[in-house]
Amino acid sequence: MPRMNRMRNEKANDFKGSMKRILKSMQKWKVIMFVAIVLAMISSIFSLISPNKLSDITDAITQGITPNTKVLSKITEKISINLTDQELLSKKVQSIMLDQNIDNDDKLVLQDTLAKMANLSDEEKGKAIMSLPDTILLNLLDEIEVSNKKISPSSQLATIKILGSIDKDDNDKALKAISDLPSDIYELIKPKMDMDYIKKIALFLLILYIIGATFGYIQHFILSTVSNRFAQNLRDAISKKINRLPLKYFDNHEMGDVLSRITNDVDAIAQHLNNSLASLVSALTLFLGCIFMMFYTNYIMAITAILASLIGFVLMFLILSKSQKYFNQKQKELGKLNGHIEEIYSGHNVVKAYNGEEDAKKEFDKLNQNLYNCNQKSQFLSGLMPSLMGFIGNFGYVAVCVVGALLTMNDVISFGVIVAFMIYVRLFTSPLSQIAQAMTGLQSVAAAGERVFEFLDEEELSSQEHIHKSLELDKVKGDIEFKNVKFGYDKNKTIINDFSVKAKSGEKIAIVGPTGAGKTTMVNLLMKFYEIDGGDILIDGVSTKELTRENIHKLFTMVLQDTWLFEGTVRDNVKFNRENVTDEEIWEALKVVGVDHFVKTLPGGLDAKIDDSDSISSGQKQLLTIARGMIDNAPFLILDEATSNVDTRTEELVSKAMDKLTKGKTSFIIAHRLSTIKNADIILVMQNGNIVEQGNHDTLMKKNGFYADLYNSQFSGN
Amino acid sequence: MLKLFKNLNKKQYGYILVCIILIVFQVWLDLKLPDYMSEITVLIQTEGSKMGDIIKEGTYMLLCALGSLLSAILVGYLAASISSSFSMTLRDKIFDKVEKFSTAEMKKFSTSSLITRTTNDVTQMEMLIAMGLQMLIKAPIMAVWAVSKILNKSIELSILTGCCVGVLLVTIITIMIIVLPRFSIVQKLIDRVNGVTRENLTGIRVIRAFNAEKYQENRFDEVNNKLTNTQLFNQRTFAFMMPIMNFVMNFLSLGIYFIGAILIDKAMLLDKITIFSNVVVFISYGMQVIMSFLMLAMIFMIVPRAQISAKRISEVLDEDLSIKDGDYDLPTKEIGTVEFKNVSFKYPDADEYLIKNISFKVKRGETVAFIGSTGSGKSTLINLVPRFYDATDGEVLVDGVNVKDYKLKNLHNKLGYVSQKAFMFDSTVKENVTYGDNGKTTPSDEKVKEAIEVAQAKEFVLELDGGYDAHIARGGTNVSGGQKQRLSIARAIARDPEIYIFDDSFSALDFKTDATLRHELKKYTKDATSLIVAQRIGTIIDADKIIVLDKGECVGIGNHKELLKNCDIYKEIALSQLSKEELENA
Repeated sequence: MPRMNRMRNEKANDFKGSMKRILKSMQKWKVIMFVAIVLAMISSIFSLISPNKLSDITDAITQGITPNTKVLSKITEKISINLTDQELLSKKVQSIMLDQNIDNDDKLVLQDTLAKMANLSDEEKGKAIMSLPDTILLNLLDEIEVSNKKISPSSQLATIKILGSIDKDDNDKALKAISDLPSDIYELIKPKMDMDYIKKIALFLLILYIIGATFGYIQHFILSTVSNRFAQNLRDAISKKINRLPLKYFDNHEMGDVLSRITNDVDAIAQHLNNSLASLVSALTLFLGCIFMMFYTNYIMAITAILASLIGFVLMFLILSKSQKYFNQKQKELGKLNGHIEEIYSGHNVVKAYNGEEDAKKEFDKLNQNLYNCNQKSQFLSGLMPSLMGFIGNFGYVAVCVVGALLTMNDVISFGVIVAFMIYVRLFTSPLSQIAQAMTGLQSVAAAGERVFEFLDEEELSSQEHIHKSLELDKVKGDIEFKNVKFGYDKNKTIINDFSVKAKSGEKIAIVGPTGAGKTTMVNLLMKFYEIDGGDILIDGVSTKELTRENIHKLFTMVLQDTWLFEGTVRDNVKFNRENVTDEEIWEALKVVGVDHFVKTLPGGLDAKIDDSDSISSGQKQLLTIARGMIDNAPFLILDEATSNVDTRTEELVSKAMDKLTKGKTSFIIAHRLSTIKNADIILVMQNGNIVEQGNHDTLMKKNGFYADLYNSQFSGN
Repeated sequence: MLKLFKNLNKKQYGYILVCIILIVFQVWLDLKLPDYMSEITVLIQTEGSKMGDIIKEGTYMLLCALGSLLSAILVGYLAASISSSFSMTLRDKIFDKVEKFSTAEMKKFSTSSLITRTTNDVTQMEMLIAMGLQMLIKAPIMAVWAVSKILNKSIELSILTGCCVGVLLVTIITIMIIVLPRFSIVQKLIDRVNGVTRENLTGIRVIRAFNAEKYQENRFDEVNNKLTNTQLFNQRTFAFMMPIMNFVMNFLSLGIYFIGAILIDKAMLLDKITIFSNVVVFISYGMQVIMSFLMLAMIFMIVPRAQISAKRISEVLDEDLSIKDGDYDLPTKEIGTVEFKNVSFKYPDADEYLIKNISFKVKRGETVAFIGSTGSGKSTLINLVPRFYDATDGEVLVDGVNVKDYKLKNLHNKLGYVSQKAFMFDSTVKENVTYGDNGKTTPSDEKVKEAIEVAQAKEFVLELDGGYDAHIARGGTNVSGGQKQRLSIARAIARDPEIYIFDDSFSALDFKTDATLRHELKKYTKDATSLIVAQRIGTIIDADKIIVLDKGECVGIGNHKELLKNCDIYKEIALSQLSKEELENA
């Protein structure tokens, strides 16, 4: 089904390159795809053969409709020779005269007639002879032979009598008269249909149709399998890629953008690839085959059909390009209107409280009107297609019939050829629009492919193949040292200059500062989410440069400000990726943070499904993420405003749990509330991304600098 | 759904009538075409026909086709204009209605659902009209007419055509029955793929910190596999459609020829030509019959989908407004006062009261703060003043007049409301600050600068590219949370209101900025009344009056010092934020 809201760019920057890349990544299916393409071609060829065969049937049928006039004229010819040839006549007359069985009166009539004949015209002669008594006529006629069949004089007599009475202008009566002819003659001239021949062709066509349908299905089956598996691979690749990208990437790319690539773009590739490839191949085959067959059958007719359709196609492409323009415009307007609606609806309270309704309505009316204008045009133009195609078909039909009729009259072609061309004309017009459609489909594939590959080509995290050192979880003491660390998110803008600090195992390091001061930067560096630009960070004296990211992550327990739960059971969320965690351990962790009671009230307990929606409060979510951290027994702990979503009374409860968590571990705590970190061993004060002060509470207060300012402001009021 | 069509006006009904007439005409022409076709075939068939006759019939046929094309173009034009103006009207009505909604209705429908109702659902209806108008009228006329044309021509061929139509319909219906329910499953699975990816992205730090990349990849693989397999099943089932349709159509033509041949063969000489031309007619009419039944089948596929959309649209349009505009627009005796008289509130269909029996009065120039744990009802309480909700019992008075009596516009002109989530419009800093209409003139540039300065936003605004004219992206994605909050406070200041309402509007500011801002604001607006909802003790410590809420009830009124002495809940909150000595120092 076509997507209604195609907001994204439909054109690829590099169509060829993108298509090549797509086809290259589909290599593992190349054999099976080749089979599908061959099957599509065969199906198309079948649909080309069938009109020819159908025309054979029509020819056979037409032969069975009208009487065989050639035989009939042969018969009449032979009869008239018998009656008009002078020599034969005089011989016959003699024998009639001698015949005792013939009535004398009749003999007199014969003599009388013969005497008059000399000065009569040929036509009058015939009439005169026909008016002779039957007995005489019977004797005048000889047995004749036509098409190896002997015809008795009496049959001949009946025939000439019936034929003589025919009114040439009345077709129906003539046919009626013919069907009244004596049976031996009727047998000769009656319409003969070669039923055996028809049956043979019909059977052949039936088999062709069945095979064609089967091939068609197999081809659809293969292509939908391939394109869906391809889409699956792409989605998989994108999903894996997410995990290999540096966090930096996500700083300047929106989440919606990645999501749209994994769903919309991949979907577009799967859909259009499936439809376009098949129809492109079969339409092309059909189109070329059609031209070939038409010329093969009759070149004059072929030229007629092509010329007749051509006019239509020129018209069609004109309309198509025009409607595309309006379609794009419509999408743009729709996007604008959507944006406005979204803005006004989501800012509903503000709009109301500030009496912004009228302005909003004015803007809406303007956008709505704009949308209407191009919507109407694009709809009208795109709706024209089928009617126009129908007309082109009819036009071609008439052209073919007229020219065809001209040619049949001159006996150049048979009626069957016309019938075949009637079908060719229709076959010929459909693939062109299919090809046009398939091409726009492939355009979308290329455009979507470009976006997907662009993402897959993003620079990945640095390789870790050269790293062989590793620190064992249970052997790490927990010392950490920042040594002349230099760092900036932007290479040209260093925000941490020559920062050094040393923390011993079990110490508590607090990071404070106003919102947006860059407290999270420290977490990013500790976890090696970002690489430092200069200096070194040492764990137990080992440079983190010589450790893999995975190794470092293993040494840290981290609880973040953003509560992150995924759709799954409570058990899945707490246990996460760690194996060999028993339910007892999970309950223990839940108990420590005080959510064991809450989990017990959920339907299913640990098996209760939870997700990131509003079904549980953000406080409870936060507690669950803390519980997740509890399971680990890592020597380092990072708490990044881990209690920001909990109301102040619950927070107390949690901080008690936290104290248990931090016991004996080297911990890094980022907090809003300065009272909780007063007892930290080292306080790092950050401002505008940089570390401006460091020391413990007392020394910092004495310094009366930024920290003291910050600390006092929380209860100074004015 | 029919109710929605009442939104069509007389002109559009006129258009529809013209469409019907044109479509009848078109069907008549379309069905006339095969007559000419068989006429032409017979002419070619019989020897001795004159070329002139063939061209004459051909011209008639072309005229028919052209007439049909022209009326199709006209119908297309009319249908496009009916459907697009219909959708324009619908969008307009929904938008108007939503603008009148109160917060209760917004919550009931949810913003995102309202957006899709205004756009996607309307587009669905538009499609129904654009396609339906033509097909809905054309298909039945065509079907009946085409059937009647062939019915008395040949029983045998009619039965054959009937069988083919039957097979086709059974195939389509079977495939639909199998596939349709799975379509919604696919939709859900796409949402799941989206969901898991979203989880991967939002939790990227956590996942890396736990070395859980593989774990997440497996979770993704699972949904990815499910999605692909369901899609594949659907498409493989769907793949039967085209080959079967083609086969049936081919089979029908072949069958007509074959049965026709037998009939002709057996017929009397006199009837042969008639039967033959019937056969030729059948070939095209048979197709017409099949086509019209396919069209009918398509309609049955669109209508249910449009019906769902129609229902969703009607729900919005039929929603009763819970907030009705008053008519009081005279000057008031009091200025800058807010009074709650025994106010209680609950959601219309809820059992529990969110706010129970609250009474207090705020005088001009006073600052009143509301504090309490999450869910204590402080936001709800404050939202009763601008009438985002109406009190269930009791009265809320502003300047001595019940808020329900005010013309909403007049009420809002008195207020400077700053929401919990700072909201930014897609325009410049300046336009964001001067947003709306306060019944006075638009604030001058001076005023804007002042407001921004008081809101402590001057420093960062000047650093923005373009300063006061810097562009703010939709939803304010290019400024930080704290910056958004300061700009939205500036917006309220620029309005010069009698009464400020801050609904937890300082949460994203650090303590220092928070304190300075409030200090400056106080200086700037001596006479203005402020209602402040806050989480932090520091924010409200110097308010004239603090109202402590717990589970919707007022458990203490007084200033900081008084409350510390006589309100346990307040003390508890305060102690959880500041240590004892810090509180005493303050």
